[in-house]
Amino acid sequence: MRASLFITCYNDTLFPETGRAVVQVLERLGVELEFHPGQTCCGQMHANTGFRAEAYSQAKRFVRLYQDADAVVIPSSSCVAMIRDQYRGLFADLGDSDLRSQFTALLPRIFELSEFLVDRLGVEDVGAYFPHRVTYHASCHGLRGLHVGDRPLRLLSKVRGLELVPLANMDRCCGFGGTFSIKNSEVSSAMLAGKLQDVLSTRAEYCTALDNSCLMHIGGALHRQYAGMQTIHIAGILAGTEASSAEPRS
Amino acid sequence: MSPTVLDPRVAPPFPEAALPILRNAQLRKNVAHATDVIQAKRAVLVAEKADWQQLRSAAASIRSNVLENLTAYLEEFESRCTAAGGVVHWARDAAEARSIVIDILREERATEVIKIKTMTSAEIELNPALQAVGVSAIETDLAELILQLGDDEPSHIVAPALHVNRSQVREIFARRMGLSDLSDDPQALTAAARSYLRRKFLTVHAAISGANFLIAETGTVSIVESEGNGRMCLTLPQTLITLAGIEKVIPRFQDLEVMLQVLARSATGERMNPYTSLWSGVTPGDGPQSFHVVLLDNGRSSILARQTERQTLRCIRCGACQNICPVYRQTGGHAYGSIYGGPIGAILTPQLMQMQHAQSLPYASSLCAACYEVCPVKINIPEVLIELRAQVVDQERRQSRRWFDLMFLGMKAANFAFASSLRFRVAQWLGRIGSRVFTRKDGWIHRLPSLGARWTVTRDLRGLPDQTFRQWWTARRKEDR
Repeated sequence: MRASLFITCYNDTLFPETGRAVVQVLERLGVELEFHPGQTCCGQMHANTGFRAEAYSQAKRFVRLYQDADAVVIPSSSCVAMIRDQYRGLFADLGDSDLRSQFTALLPRIFELSEFLVDRLGVEDVGAYFPHRVTYHASCHGLRGLHVGDRPLRLLSKVRGLELVPLANMDRCCGFGGTFSIKNSEVSSAMLAGKLQDVLSTRAEYCTALDNSCLMHIGGALHRQYAGMQTIHIAGILAGTEASSAEPRS
Repeated sequence: MSPTVLDPRVAPPFPEAALPILRNAQLRKNVAHATDVIQAKRAVLVAEKADWQQLRSAAASIRSNVLENLTAYLEEFESRCTAAGGVVHWARDAAEARSIVIDILREERATEVIKIKTMTSAEIELNPALQAVGVSAIETDLAELILQLGDDEPSHIVAPALHVNRSQVREIFARRMGLSDLSDDPQALTAAARSYLRRKFLTVHAAISGANFLIAETGTVSIVESEGNGRMCLTLPQTLITLAGIEKVIPRFQDLEVMLQVLARSATGERMNPYTSLWSGVTPGDGPQSFHVVLLDNGRSSILARQTERQTLRCIRCGACQNICPVYRQTGGHAYGSIYGGPIGAILTPQLMQMQHAQSLPYASSLCAACYEVCPVKINIPEVLIELRAQVVDQERRQSRRWFDLMFLGMKAANFAFASSLRFRVAQWLGRIGSRVFTRKDGWIHRLPSLGARWTVTRDLRGLPDQTFRQWWTARRKEDR
């Protein structure tokens, strides 16, 4: 099977180890991965901050770039939610009929990583080994935007050595919200404080999620507080095997 | 603490208004506790309805049908209500609504008026206007009474005094009712309110109410409440004035079947609310003999005219979005600077202000979409928030101060960088070089200047890695060859 990896702008720049982990997992499962060098950003940051015209130009760029892909895998639920929930509206207002039909044809081939593994490849046990105590935070866009349901938990529960600890208020936002964390920095921090209480009370070694954006937020505070817990993208966990242990995040 | 301002025209922006509240541990505890309790009750009662999603769909379609045909339903309501002996008034804006109400009360020579369940009266700032013409307004909803006696403002759509706990209520009642030995036992508190209010119910001859529903088919008005104080207000006085937003109409009596089910479960976590009052016009010898309905536009028609935003007017004021909202959970309602707080307030208030005020509210959300999930009439609040943000940015694009706004400049620069992969790679390189000076030996950034400081106020940031993913990918491909 062939698939094209859309790494997303912030994973590319800030979290390259997540990209390497996705490559490791998918190639281990026999997927032939491509990486389109022209890729940049899906437009989520601009759209969610109110910069529609700018978001449109990035959305158009994305569709043109991937129109011939067999499947596009994206290790970020919020970027996938951007494409699924907002592209249609942007193209209806600003695009032409060609773009709209290209998008409609492309849409069913867009996958968030856990969707791609469970739905497209039909795999729950990816052969991973990660001997640690882990808790899972349900990123808002994966949970309520993509309705990924328990796919990530099914993947994690098949990882050998992994002890999965349930997180109280798992579905409550961590307070990141993109530019929300800057514009409403104090309220965002107050939300984060509540999330940290729940995360720390699991006494896990790692907190994982489908989105590095939430994890950058939670992990940034854990680091600030010398809290002794790390964050790791779900791909990082799924990449580890007995032969090659997972890449440490930091 | 400075006095709470619930006027969007003068209230400080949300981030600023939130600051003192974030430091108010008592208020945050009260809000978190109260919303947890209501949410838990709601969750149980929603779970027991196997057809909850169908009920939501039905409620949403009833409400959106109303908005598609609003003129026809309002005219139908007017003619049925008039035929039943009511008088229907149309108010274009707050000033018109206030003068209609004042004229009616003058004619009745009223010096006092009792009030129940009317957020729209707060929206049009009715109480101060009444006071200016010598009419004192007495709130009879228990929570509203607590706020009125405590010189406080509502912070929640359904439970306006949700931010106040019972020891604070005890203090307010003891002080204002002269009951120095009052205990904070809920029964003692309600008994005190009861005897205070009974005197008012028996002596005041005019009342102002809001409306949960206006039924077009029969000209009926409906109010749902939990205390029975509303029932007193609606039946004892000679004159009753109902103030309702034009969007409150529903087509048929039978639509209550759906609407009352979703409202009670969403609002208070009850199968049925304790008091549901329904009245049509005037009944000779029974209840108010003079009945007026004031239909308030006050910006609603302009919302109606916009495709994406129209769904805002489906709202039935259940407050479920407030109870689930992680932002509201931290700040309560007052930070929103409007009688309408929480997610629904974040979209309704700026629209009622024609986007001329409250532009910070569409940004007072992390877009987590929990509000959309619980909304009984399926208002896609995140979608409307994003639409309103686009309008705010379009306003900024016309202002010359945008060239001094770091967020605006950053967004333009990022868009320039995202337009080609070469530009993006240059930006990544610049970012890596530029961030080096801030990156400590442990590889993390602890303090950033300017806008970045708003991140590092409570959060570290891992320093930019030496190699981007695309550089790794390219290097690996070369090795393979």
